[in-house]
Order: sequence, then structure tokens, then C-alpha cells
Amino acid sequence: MTPLLEAESLGRTFGARRAVDELTFSLDPGECLALFGPNGAGKTTALRLLAGLIKPTTGTARIGATRLPDLAARSRVGLISHRSLLYDALTARENVHFSARLHGLTDATAATTRALEALRVGDRADVPVRALSRGLQQRVAIARAIVHQPDVILADEPYTGLDESGSAALTGLLQERRAAGAALIVVTHHLQEGLALATHAAILRSGRFARYERAAGLDLLRYAAEYRELVA
Amino acid sequence: MTHPGLIAASWLIARKDLAIEFRTRSAFLSALILSLLAIVIFYFAWDPTAIGAADLAPGVLWVTFTFSGLLAMHRSFGVERQDGAIEALLTAPIPREAIFLGKAFANLLFVLGVQAIALPAVAIFYNLPVGHALAPLAVVMVLAAIGLVSVGTLLGGLTANTRLGELLLPVLALPFFVPVVMPAAQVTAHLLAGRPIAEAFAWIRILLAFDLVFVYLCTLVFPLTLDD
Amino acid sequence: MTSAPAAPPVRRPDWLLLAAFAVVAAAYVRAIWFTPPDLLQGYAQKILYVHAPSAWVAFLAFGLTAAAGAFWLFLKDPRLDRFAESSAEVGVVFNTAVLVSGPLWGKPIWGAWWVWDARLTLTLFLWFLFLGYLVLRGAIADRDARARYAAVLGLLGAALIPFIHLSVYLFNTQHPLPVVANTQGIQMPPVMAKTFFFAFFAFTFLYVALVRSRYALATERDALDDSANGDD
Repeated sequence: MTPLLEAESLGRTFGARRAVDELTFSLDPGECLALFGPNGAGKTTALRLLAGLIKPTTGTARIGATRLPDLAARSRVGLISHRSLLYDALTARENVHFSARLHGLTDATAATTRALEALRVGDRADVPVRALSRGLQQRVAIARAIVHQPDVILADEPYTGLDESGSAALTGLLQERRAAGAALIVVTHHLQEGLALATHAAILRSGRFARYERAAGLDLLRYAAEYRELVA
Repeated sequence: MTHPGLIAASWLIARKDLAIEFRTRSAFLSALILSLLAIVIFYFAWDPTAIGAADLAPGVLWVTFTFSGLLAMHRSFGVERQDGAIEALLTAPIPREAIFLGKAFANLLFVLGVQAIALPAVAIFYNLPVGHALAPLAVVMVLAAIGLVSVGTLLGGLTANTRLGELLLPVLALPFFVPVVMPAAQVTAHLLAGRPIAEAFAWIRILLAFDLVFVYLCTLVFPLTLDD
Repeated sequence: MTSAPAAPPVRRPDWLLLAAFAVVAAAYVRAIWFTPPDLLQGYAQKILYVHAPSAWVAFLAFGLTAAAGAFWLFLKDPRLDRFAESSAEVGVVFNTAVLVSGPLWGKPIWGAWWVWDARLTLTLFLWFLFLGYLVLRGAIADRDARARYAAVLGLLGAALIPFIHLSVYLFNTQHPLPVVANTQGIQMPPVMAKTFFFAFFAFTFLYVALVRSRYALATERDALDDSANGDD
């Protein structure tokens, strides 16, 4: 069975700088990779490669059998970036609805409502995004990213700015998507948060995996100590 | 679930841009006010005994359209940069060209909107009858607007990511506008003088050729301006 | 990558450039002392030995800049972009020479500092294109983005030139220039023609030498940037 998400010697150079260097890994449906690493390790670049935003300079990335950044592969990805990717003059509903239409959803309106309610932001849906607090904007940003029920969710520090209610909503959403067979990659600086959801854990350093293993059975404190040593 | 094709995606993006502009209205109003002010200022710089209104008007109209159009085109990509929204467009399953075509179409409506108000303004302020030439004038204005908007939107995309974007756009765009504005102004002068449009076909041909070449070229070249 | 800067290389004189200057000087010696002055225009006509070859070089330079950019888009070889940059900088200098020498000739001959004849106007627009190209390059820090945007602008500029020519030509047929500004066909006796060709050759030689020198500078600058930024 082909994995849902597959990277083979995936690499990306910017001028002389190797941001991502020969990454090889794969995720089956229902698996979640927690990606840790210091600033500048290449985590964001890796996500951008897997979202089809940029082309690799070496290697390939695939969703199912389709190569990224082809259109068919892009359609199955949902990217939660650390910028909101929203139009602040439009309402939350309009932003999410636009994303739904771009993905070709026939029931765009219903999907929009579902996504907004899942992130518990339904009651502020018709407010322009610029009038929402940072935490609520983050919720709308997440709703926008998942409205089309993507098979692959790439989340770059998704918990940033979320309060308890928002965090709970996000965790619930990610767990539900995982159960439905999606593959997730969550980039975070919070080891505990990341490991809570993850089936796999990896530490990225200078564009390469310094560690990659199954998350089950990892002791949090030991992992944290080893992580600190690795990135020191 | 089928992905939107080129036309459908372009239309979605155009509608989105128009919705944003309609919500804030600031760029359109600024462009309008700029046009009206220019029309007024040119009036005061004008010696009506030396130059007839029909001779002054084409220059005023086309200079005005050009500069207010530049306002639109600069904003076009600015709205995507603000919170990185362009990344959402780039990860969506739509052809990249749709981003260009959608924005260009929204800018076209913007420029046509300014034209629709500036032309009557000139007719009123300069006491210049334009009714006799309204239909051919409209044709010229649309053709020229298409030319301005195709190059302007593309260059707007280029300059949105640079320092001095606002200054840089006119510097880059104006040479490209000359083969549009020159024919447009010449035909406008021609029409306002009461001559039939058939005599100005050579100019119309240049406009048409420019539109065909540059709409195609800019659409083709647009994906290259994205960070890939 | 070494961390200590290497000793500065001994600067060898640029023989090609010196040779080019020598050839240009020779062309002018010939033009001024060994070529008879024009019957009608007198000594002012000798400006043409600067004006016309400069125009040829300016157009050549732009064409090569646009072509190099186009090839860069396919091949992504940084040398192509450095060449495009060098050709543009050299080209704008020659273009400026055209625009300065034109009025210097025009005033005594036509009685006007400037005429909007098709060729001179086209050269004026070429100048604007060069300037826009160089300003755009100056406004972008990232090397890859700069090469890409410059290549796109070069392509568009090349497509624009025939349209400028067409529209100015049509404009001039509808609004004919005063008779005194007739710049059509200059009949030339063989001795002047030879000087002309010599001047064209000399200027082209100078173009090649200047571009080569400028290109070397660009290569050094890029290498310097790489060693400053590339350390891991």
C-alpha cells in the first residue's frame, strides 16, 4: 500500500544555503509526525515543500501516487501557516467560504459553517477578521485550512495564540481527522503538546533528521533532555 | 469534487478582490478623487483661447486614467502580502495563471469604473460634448484599459515584493503604457473632433495587437514571478 | 569555506579593456583627422561616429540582456544572470551616450535640441527600459528573486520595443516632422563608410571588454556574498 505522504531525498537549496537536505520519510493514513527543531532548522521550508508552495531542488514529495507540487496533490493538503493567510477586510465566513470554493466544494456554505463551528468561532463568523482577536484569527485560519477535509494537514505551530478552548477545539479536530485517515505533521516548540498527538517524533537540525522514531513509549522528560543536548 | 478550472478560479479570485475593494472602498475613492482633481487642475492650467476643449481633453483623460489605474494595480497584490494570503492561493488546486487573470479582471473593472466617471466629468467641466462619439469612445476605453491592466497587474505583482514598490511600479509600467495611451489618446482626439472611427483604424489595430500580445505574454509569464 | 579572508589578489591590468580603448581611440583619430568633414553638415557630422555606434551597442546590449534572462529562466545558471546584469549596466551607459550626442548634433543641424523622430524616440524608450530594469534589480536583495524578476522584465521589454516603434512611426506619419529634421538615409562616400564601420567595430569591441570586466566584478561580488552568508 502506498503511503499517504512520502518524501524521498527531499531537498531544497536557497542560493548557497541548504535549508532542507535529503529528507526521507513516509506517513500512512492516521499517522501524525511531531516535528521539533531549533529556529532555522528547516521545518518551515519542509512544510512549504510538502504543501506544494515551493519546488524541491532534489528528491520528490508525494501525496498518494501524485507528486507535489502538482495540482491534484495540492488539493489534498491543508496548510496551517504561522501567518494567518486571511484577508482582514473580509469576514471569517467569507474567508473560509472562499477557500472552500477554491477547492471546488459543492456544499461550500455548509462546509464553511461546519469548519467554523468545529473551531468554536461560529458566533463571530460575520465579523471582519481585522476586528477579531489574535486567538480568534488563528481559529479562523485553521478553519480555512481544513474546510475541504484535507487528507494531509501540515500545521506550523498551530497552537500559537490559542486559549484553552481554542486549543481543545484544535486538538479535537486533529484527532478527528486522524481517526478519519488523514496524515498530520505538526511543527511545534512544545514537546508535550506535540507528543500528545503524535505517532512519530522527529528532530530536524540543519535541514536533516537528527532523530526520527515512533512516539509510543517515549519518556517526555528524557526526550526533552536529549532534545536540549541535540540542539545546544 | 472537481477543482475549479482556469475561468472559474479566475472569476472566484476577481470576485474576492472586488469584495475586498468594495468593503474598504479606499483605493477606488482615492483613484476617483485623484482623477477629478487632475481634471480640475488641468482646467486651471489651460488657456481656452489657445487650445480647444476637444484638444485638451484626450491628454487629460488618458493621463488621468493611467495614474489612477496605477493606484489599483499597486494595491492588487498588496492585499495578498499583508497576512501571507497568497500562500493560500498557491496551495489551492487552481492554476497559477488564475491568480493573474482574476486580479487583472478585477483591476479592469476598477479602471473602467474610474473611466465611467472621469469621462462625464470632463464633458461637464470642460463643456465638451461627447455624446456623438460615446459608443466608439467606449470601445477605445475598454481596449486601452485591457492593455494597461494586463501589464500593470503583472508589474504590480513584481513590485509588491520589492522595496519602494509604490515608486517602482510607475517607473516600470509607464514605458509599457505608451503604446496604449498614445493610440487611445489619438483616437479619442479624433472622435471628439467628430471624425468617424474608421479613419483611426491603424491606431485601433495597434491597441488590439498590444492587447492580444500582452494579455497572453503576461499570463504566460506570471507563474515565473512567484517564489518557486 | 575559510574563515579568514584570503589575501587580496594582485590586480592584473585588464588587457582586453585597454585594447578596446586603444581601438576606440584609433577610430576617433581616423574619424577626426583622416576622414573629410561632411559637405553639408561640416564638423558637427562627426558626432555621428559616436551617436550611431552607441545606438547599435545599446540595442545589442538590451537584446542580449533579455536573451540571457530568458535562458536563465530555463537553465537557472547564475552566470547568465550576471551577464544580463553586466550587459544592462554597460548598455545604459552607451544609451546615455546616444541621448547626449543626439542633441549635440541636432542643435547645429536641425536647429532643435530634440526631435521626436522614430529612431531617437525608440532609443529614449530603450533608455527608460534600461533604467527600470536596473532600478528593479537594485530593489531586490534576494539573488534568485532578482534574477527571476529581471528576466521577466527583460522579456516584456523586448516584446514592447516593436510596439513603441510601431506607434511612434504611426504618430510621425500622422503628425509629420518639420522638413529640417529629416534623418533618413545619409549618403556616404566610401572613406566615411569605412570610418563608420571601424567605429561600429570599435564600439562593439568596447562593449565586449566592458561587459567582461563588469561580469568579473559581479562574479567576485557574488562569491563574497556567498562566503559571508554561506557559513553553517
